[in-house]
Amino acid sequence: MGRGWAIVIHGGAGVDPNLPLHHQEEAKKLISRCLSIGVSALRCSLPAIDVVELVVRELESDPLFNSGRGSALTEKGTVEMEASIMDGPGRRCGAVSGLTTVKNPISLARLVMEKSPHSYLAFAGAEEFARRQGVEMVENEYFITELNKGMLKLAQEANSILFDYRVPNTGSETCGASMEKPLIMNGLPISVYAPETVGCVAVDSQGQCAAATSTGGLMNKMTGRIGDSPLIGSGTYAGNLCGVSCTGEGEAIIRGTLARDVAAVMEYKGLGLQEAVDFVVKERLDNGGKAGIIAVSRDGEVACGFNCTGMFRGLATEDGFLEVAIWD
Amino acid sequence: MGWAIALHGGAGDIPHSLPPERRLPREACLRHCLQIGVDALTSRKSPLDVIELVVRELENNPHFNAGRGSVLTTSGTVEMEACIMDGKSMRCGAVSGLTTVVNAISLSRLVMEKTPHLAYVGYGLQYIVFYQEYHYTTRMLQGIETVDASHFITQENVERLKQAKEANRVQVDYTQPVEKDVKRDELKPDGDSQIGTVGCVAVDSEGNLAAATSTGGLVNKMVGRIGDTPIICAGTYANSLCAVSATGKGEAIIRGTVARDVAALMEFKGMSLQEAAALVVGDRVPKGHVGLVAVSATGEVTMPFNTTGMFRACATEDGHSEIAIWDS
Repeated sequence: MGRGWAIVIHGGAGVDPNLPLHHQEEAKKLISRCLSIGVSALRCSLPAIDVVELVVRELESDPLFNSGRGSALTEKGTVEMEASIMDGPGRRCGAVSGLTTVKNPISLARLVMEKSPHSYLAFAGAEEFARRQGVEMVENEYFITELNKGMLKLAQEANSILFDYRVPNTGSETCGASMEKPLIMNGLPISVYAPETVGCVAVDSQGQCAAATSTGGLMNKMTGRIGDSPLIGSGTYAGNLCGVSCTGEGEAIIRGTLARDVAAVMEYKGLGLQEAVDFVVKERLDNGGKAGIIAVSRDGEVACGFNCTGMFRGLATEDGFLEVAIWD
Repeated sequence: MGWAIALHGGAGDIPHSLPPERRLPREACLRHCLQIGVDALTSRKSPLDVIELVVRELENNPHFNAGRGSVLTTSGTVEMEACIMDGKSMRCGAVSGLTTVVNAISLSRLVMEKTPHLAYVGYGLQYIVFYQEYHYTTRMLQGIETVDASHFITQENVERLKQAKEANRVQVDYTQPVEKDVKRDELKPDGDSQIGTVGCVAVDSEGNLAAATSTGGLVNKMVGRIGDTPIICAGTYANSLCAVSATGKGEAIIRGTVARDVAALMEFKGMSLQEAAALVVGDRVPKGHVGLVAVSATGEVTMPFNTTGMFRACATEDGHSEIAIWDS
């Protein structure tokens, strides 16, 4: 029996401080809407695993963030999506990579977990599995937005890898010529913006935790490139004590095994949830890596931490705490 | 202190009745690889060089489930994956879905050290899991030998696939042609079988650690299935305390975040290498599913497994050396 439900959602870490207000408002509205959906589901006693899938589907379907529709584009102008989901009780997990026609990657990840003999399927094999499972499939064009086509062009012109953060959408002519000190992530002065990885963690009234993460990956990435989001222990983790989802620099999240480490320091060092998140952000990102973490505990607590400028997030607990925020 | 090396050729339900014609070539290969590794360490090659060398040797040997001799997917093809991690820098590289690259571990190393992203930016991603060679540019594959996909297929594995299909299951690769050696209850359709995979971990006399794992995966696996091997938290991990390479049921290794947990127990609970590894293999994964090899910065070695056997070998600077399959 748990101590109350709780839920946290993120739409990516690393946000340009100059992000125009209307973009900030749009993002907050989306987060609020998805948070409400998650809260309603939790109030109806839906298990955490169903809640995180539901919420991430909603985020995938909206073109605003970098997942599902609205995903960042590969160097070839296509979309390749990946996601992972983990259910705390039993630590069951499912992950997918290289999806091009599956409308909701997080749901396919769940099917991998529940209906396949494996934990992780990718590319053609994953798409074939999707077809056999009868999930909703669409053309790759469905996921591509005009905004991202523009971003890709700029990225290729700058011949650089883009990352999850935003700069003012004042048009390409000002990109790269910003007077401001450019936001640096992954060692790159970012000159155009890219949308964000999404994630959701939840604990239900039974104290069961779950976590889910979904993304289109890096703008202008090489086809075939896999990041941290589908990797259990790095981008996503859930166990008896907590559920965790991360966003930010893929390399930092992977080598820092961030999601697993939050749970591990709770298990092995007895740290509380926020302490654990703070510990991981401080200690595991110590050589310049930038990332953000959201987490819930089986006791109904919520926590988040990030060492970059901003993380789109929404948090709610059964005892009435509610917050939708971007900045520190 | 002092150097140490451990390598494995896979944990599984290796029957004690394994006939000499199947046992001897594997033992000989383990002996040969151990010697190569020891020679490299004593001539002061870096641990990264040592493990790559040893794993290449294991990949080239058709008796182990990696490179040539990889088990087959349900389509009768080979899809190989590998991962390498440097403990000191915690850089890592992983690949999956390879069909023509002779030495997956070497491509992993290339990914770790020289990704195309680095060509664009000064810093950049140092861990990228690529799926399938056709994603690579010729520049990327420089120095990486590729051959026709048929090179990797052995008659033994064609047989194994046939049996697995007849029994309609995903199978342990050390299943013998004689059915009575196969424990039915371990071959659940939802469970990965414990097997194959090769790996090597090493530490030099300065305490620098490195880990490498390589595999063809599971017999009769779905096309596109990714296992624990290329997942940092799961099959392969190295930091400043230890280096770990795991083998067995991929799903159990992923859920149990095996490789990371050995290091986490040392770091967060102050356990010794032996204690940490024993706890992970004893408690964090189901019996009959997992084995691992690990070395510590101080030159200790441990090779626990909870399966019937694990092809393994190790040596330390103080003269200890061992080659074994079952429990001593």
